[in-house]
Amino acid sequence: MKRISGVFALMAATALAAACGGAPAPEQPAPVTSTVDSAAIRARQRQDSIDEANRRRAEEEARRAAAERDASAAATALRNDMTAMIHFDYNVADIRSQDQAALDRKAAIMQANTAMRIRISGHADERGSDEYNLALGNRRAAAAKRYLMNRGVDGSRIDVISYGEERPIAMGGTEDAYAQNRRDEFEMTAGGDSLVAPQ
Amino acid sequence: MTRSTLLIALLAAGATASLQAQNPDQNRAQDAIRIGITYRPGTRPGLVVVPGPGLDSVRAIIQRDLDYSDQFQMIVVPMAGTGGQINYALYRNQFGADHAVELIGAPGGVQVRLHDLAAGKVRNQQTFALPGESAAGFRLAVHRISDEIVRWAASADGYAASRLLFLSDGRIWRIDSDGAALTPVTPAGDHALSNAWAPDGHRIAYTRFSEGRGAIVVEDLLTGSRTTVAGTDRDLNFSPAFSPDGRTLAYARAEESGATNIFTSNVASNCCAQRLTVKGFSDNLSPTYSPDGRRLAFVSTRSGPPQIYVMSVDGTDQELLAPFDYGATGPSFAPEWSPDGANVVFHREVSRSPQIFIFDVASGRVKQLTSVGRNEDATWAPDSRHIAFISDRTGRRQVWIVDTETGRVRQLNTPGSARLPSWSPRLGGAGDANP
Repeated sequence: MKRISGVFALMAATALAAACGGAPAPEQPAPVTSTVDSAAIRARQRQDSIDEANRRRAEEEARRAAAERDASAAATALRNDMTAMIHFDYNVADIRSQDQAALDRKAAIMQANTAMRIRISGHADERGSDEYNLALGNRRAAAAKRYLMNRGVDGSRIDVISYGEERPIAMGGTEDAYAQNRRDEFEMTAGGDSLVAPQ
Repeated sequence: MTRSTLLIALLAAGATASLQAQNPDQNRAQDAIRIGITYRPGTRPGLVVVPGPGLDSVRAIIQRDLDYSDQFQMIVVPMAGTGGQINYALYRNQFGADHAVELIGAPGGVQVRLHDLAAGKVRNQQTFALPGESAAGFRLAVHRISDEIVRWAASADGYAASRLLFLSDGRIWRIDSDGAALTPVTPAGDHALSNAWAPDGHRIAYTRFSEGRGAIVVEDLLTGSRTTVAGTDRDLNFSPAFSPDGRTLAYARAEESGATNIFTSNVASNCCAQRLTVKGFSDNLSPTYSPDGRRLAFVSTRSGPPQIYVMSVDGTDQELLAPFDYGATGPSFAPEWSPDGANVVFHREVSRSPQIFIFDVASGRVKQLTSVGRNEDATWAPDSRHIAFISDRTGRRQVWIVDTETGRVRQLNTPGSARLPSWSPRLGGAGDANP
């Protein structure tokens, strides 16, 4: 708004200067007088309306982009919440208390997006036998499924699979690597495109 | 060092008795196991493979097989005075040999003579047909000769004519017992897992793993045909084991409920998956048949950490097999019953590192076989004396073989990071399906 009135003032001042031949007047409402050439005024008014339209369009686009950004950020956040991994202690498949909130969030999103189906894959660190770890991974995936079902999600929407120790995400025989590898991964297999946030 | 006379004696005395003690804070089952080294020279007969002209490949393979049998003190003599009569006195008195193996070229094969140096006479002789050295069946045919010599000289069954399967980079490979003839079995791109030999030596079973699920496939090595075992085309099925008659396959299935249970399918008619363990809160897996076909040892978590149990093949009479101290003994995995039925080998975590243990079925005692590095997934040679297992003792996970009587170890040259070895039965006679 300020920039527009500045342009007005400048044009008015130029007009005055042309009329009086003196120094530019201090800032004050410029009288739009008949002494100014009417064609110039019309041109100026026309330019003003174009500028105003452009301004509105830019504002509208910015608003829409921001809304899209917000929606996209919200969708990304929902997707991230759905696919966030949970982790397990050594050689057990019990849901840890610190992972319950993450699972509660997944359950709520699934309730709000009833077309969504997910696949939970359980993973183990490399300790224990390769074959035992297939069983352990399966148990870990099923533990998360059971938790979601207890929060009201229909079990038919959840597949469980196990990778055992076949797909480590951290290499090396350190406790830190082991801890990262003992996990459930969550993948949306249907209905994950336009997510609705839970109420 | 006379590695041949180095005997690692594993003393498990009192393991059973100590289990009855009351203090739960001590790891008593493992306290009772001591690993000792005893030198026992001169207990094995000395054997010379007589140097001679020609037959270099045959002589080299047989010499190595006889060495790997761990039945003999192998004696290498200089390439002198060859041809003509064996100088019994020289071999016996100067080199300390008891037996001399003489190889003589024969039309289409080789004549083998076993000389008894003390008695001063030929004890056995036989002419064996051999395919050409470049023929597919050549090495196995030579290995069979080695096993025959072991039978003549030591009255024991050798294991030279056998092969191992193992897993590396998701692919199953096959290798001769002497570490030669490494061959891929499953196609590149397939992700294979656990594997097992059928008693006929020409079929194998393995898990074809895909996206967290896996079917069990029976492959005929002779024809290349692959059949999915009935009932394993859903969920994740693994750790297959053939019954001794080859008609039934036992395996574990990780079910949607979260539990893993043991099933059997009839592979003769390819039907009828049957559950052996109860659907419930424990995992049951890694079945292995007793050689009489009546029992199955397996891993179960029914009492908490995984341990070794046993049941009748109809699923009844499930009970603990290898003793452990609750809260003290490490988890135990991957049992395999020895072909003679006397022992069950498995691995158990000691200070969070897996080690190979042997459960003696008659005495109920457990003894520890390894202590260096991580050692796991053991499998019996057909002689019920040697064991192959995976060890990282030199850095990379590779297949190692240990003689349970002398403690002598050797390594097979395996590619990548080897896992899950599986030793074949003795591979049969002429026209064998394992070229």
